[in-house]
Amino acid sequence: MSTRVGVVTFPGSLDDRDAQRAVRFAGGEAVALWHGDHDLQGVDAVVLPGGFSYGDYLRCGAIASHSPIMREVVAAAERGVPVLGICNGFQMLTEAHLLPGGLIRNDHGSFVCRDQVLRVENTSTAWTNGYTAGQEITIPLKNGEGGYIASAETLERLEGEGRVVFRYVGVNPNGSLNDIAGVTNERGNVVGLMPHPEHAVEAGFGPDTALAMRSGVDGLTIFASALRSLLSV
Amino acid sequence: MPKIVVDVMPKAELLDPQGKAVAGALARLGNTAFSDVRVGKRFELTVDGAVDAEVLASVRAIADDLLSNGVIEDVVDITVLDESGAHSGAGASGALA
Repeated sequence: MSTRVGVVTFPGSLDDRDAQRAVRFAGGEAVALWHGDHDLQGVDAVVLPGGFSYGDYLRCGAIASHSPIMREVVAAAERGVPVLGICNGFQMLTEAHLLPGGLIRNDHGSFVCRDQVLRVENTSTAWTNGYTAGQEITIPLKNGEGGYIASAETLERLEGEGRVVFRYVGVNPNGSLNDIAGVTNERGNVVGLMPHPEHAVEAGFGPDTALAMRSGVDGLTIFASALRSLLSV
Repeated sequence: MPKIVVDVMPKAELLDPQGKAVAGALARLGNTAFSDVRVGKRFELTVDGAVDAEVLASVRAIADDLLSNGVIEDVVDITVLDESGAHSGAGASGALA
């Protein structure tokens, strides 16, 4: 029986289909979930995809974080079910208080879209166990409100506990404090990041590499990691 | 019908890129009298009935739980406007926030 990973579609989600595809490329079964349901359909893991849920009105991810399915996602996260939030999904996880801190408008005021180098700083989470510590990966980044902020006290705790999962390398594209691109919760089952691993899972459609144009598939390991961590439970 | 106005601002210690962009535009237009601009949000909640303690309590809760995110924003004021739009006595104080 294959591992079932749910991908929630909200009104305004853009990357739900890409995330489903990434799950399949990693060897899992992708299950489409709907924001208005109270049903996770018994999935083993959940992905909150990127996009502009509810037009990003009020605050990015704020209205989505109060949608019916999020109550089930929060309960599942508290049971230890792996939950990944990508971009808008990361914003939802902070709004739902599953992850600390918040995301604000990029410091330079512009939307940014680029292939971004990240350093994987924590390889013990459900979503990063397939990487090696300190590994540098390249995946697309595309956001207007990706500046990670948290209080000095929270930042110190995150750094001290090794809960910064991904850090921007080379350039800090959005003014994120401490170059933070992604963080995890205490248990390591919930991970949120602004860049998009689901856009770097198939040769021909990923970032450029030294070997060939668009051949980068560094994002695939995120989805493979979750499948691996579920098999080892 | 009375309205309750909730004002939310980005936290003072955080960068406000929106305000920075507006400040830049003001300077380019020759308005040199202003050293800083910050952009916040104003919510107007029209109340179906009278504003009583219960309604005010629920607005305070809504302001904290939904209208603002305490990690990045502060609720700076909650004000009650009466039918004419004037500040009414009940909740005109910023202390409500």
